[in-house]
Amino acid sequence: MDSLITLDNAGLKADGRWLVRGVDLTISPGEIVTLIGPNGSGKSTTAKLALGIRRPSEGHARRRADLKVGYVPQKLSIDWTLPLTVDRLLKLTGRLSAQDVDDALARTGVGKLRNAEVQNLSGGEFQRVLMARAIARRPNLLVLDEPVQGVDYTGEIALYEMIAEIRQELNCGVLLISHDLHIVMAATDRVVCLNGHVCCQGAPGAVSRSQAYRELFGPRASETLAIYEHHHDHTHLADGRVMHSDGTISDRCPGAGTSSAEPKEHRHAG
Amino acid sequence: MLDDFFTRALVAGLGVAIVAGPLGCFIIWRRLAYFGDTLAHSALLGVALAFLFQINITLSVFLVCALISMLLLALQRRATISADALLGLLSHSALAVGLVCLAFMTWVRVDLMGFLFGDILAVSKADIAIIYGGGALTLVVLCFIWRSLFASTVSYELAEAEGLRPEFANSIFMLLMATVIAISMKIVGVLLITALLIIPAATARRLSGGPEQMAILAAVCGAMAVVGGLFSSLEWDTPTGPSIVVVALLLFILSFGPIKQLKGHLSFAQKESNDG
Repeated sequence: MDSLITLDNAGLKADGRWLVRGVDLTISPGEIVTLIGPNGSGKSTTAKLALGIRRPSEGHARRRADLKVGYVPQKLSIDWTLPLTVDRLLKLTGRLSAQDVDDALARTGVGKLRNAEVQNLSGGEFQRVLMARAIARRPNLLVLDEPVQGVDYTGEIALYEMIAEIRQELNCGVLLISHDLHIVMAATDRVVCLNGHVCCQGAPGAVSRSQAYRELFGPRASETLAIYEHHHDHTHLADGRVMHSDGTISDRCPGAGTSSAEPKEHRHAG
Repeated sequence: MLDDFFTRALVAGLGVAIVAGPLGCFIIWRRLAYFGDTLAHSALLGVALAFLFQINITLSVFLVCALISMLLLALQRRATISADALLGLLSHSALAVGLVCLAFMTWVRVDLMGFLFGDILAVSKADIAIIYGGGALTLVVLCFIWRSLFASTVSYELAEAEGLRPEFANSIFMLLMATVIAISMKIVGVLLITALLIIPAATARRLSGGPEQMAILAAVCGAMAVVGGLFSSLEWDTPTGPSIVVVALLLFILSFGPIKQLKGHLSFAQKESNDG
């Protein structure tokens, strides 16, 4: 098995409700996969299934034996009772040399914060420190759960450039979770659109092809950002059921959307 | 040297304080104060069972605490009432059941006050051996699981994702808690064990810049409380267990004082007196 992680028809049920179901996902070394979808569509849950934080209620999740994960969770709050410096936070899950710590912090632009107390960091600084922590351990799979939350477009572009660099350097797989449904990282090999199940997936199209986006984001962005066009053959109704293109309604669409023959307009209800 | 009861008390108290400090840090970081209380109260049930089955009290207390902690973990996963209500229920029920059981065993004459508030002055050489044996084992195991336990305290998901097996570390931690409660019951009693766990750790928080430093400082603060408590109880003839806790509390209050400013004031006062 070459891929780093494999989800095979994986689903998770909690309190009698399917958070996500029927997900097939593989990530190979050096591959960047971007997971997109509206709020509550199961992006984080899918990542947790892939990482083994949650066990699938159905289907399978497999991880390569030598998998070394660098994880940036969506939320992390450090209680004030914990005396924790940035340096110690970077060494949280494994040993690191002083050089590795300095390099990782410098790379994410927070080189001066090594001895700062974690509680005194601003939101943006903390996000960068978490990023530094994930890359400092030289993972072969980097999992980033909404790393651009609260970051402006310039910051987002810089972050994407860095992720692409790190991928080159470590040849690691990258699972990137984003709530932006249309603009994704250009270096993404595959976009997976999730809404309780995989709605559609494919490669993103270059922003540079679209004059309007190029004017909006500038030339540098056109290298880094890309547009993803959704091709759905079904619509999600407000009550969670699914309406297919032929008008039939069902509770779920098994394996839907992955190889839709006819491109359809993207419509998320609610 | 250990022939003197006061020396034995000092040696035993120091042993318990050194183990309680680092574990107390985790209780504070994980907000387990009430959980610790519940375990400590259930220790009395362990005492009753020890008399009933004629087994070693420390061993019996350890087993009951370990069992209750596993039961709590299981109940919290599926219970419909909130965690703190569950803890409150179990905490006082365990204490009450323990007291009732002891009362039923009319053939057993026990010094209940000794179990509730500790009887450090009656510590035997065998007690010291148990405290240092169990304590050393606890510290060694804690060192082994330290990285995993601390990482999962910061973020369970992060620890799990990066392969540190936090669930295993958490279960071991529960056993360590049970051990510490079993060996410290004789020193401060079931009602005050949590104080010895929490207060030194809380004192250390204000003075430390890292988790390892805080664990060591908590052990030092606990040791200071034991020494201070024992000598003040000797001086003013106060109950020893509560005296230790009072000294720990005083240290905690002192840690809130502006220590640097205090130094400034002292040098200022000195200067004034020199001038005058």
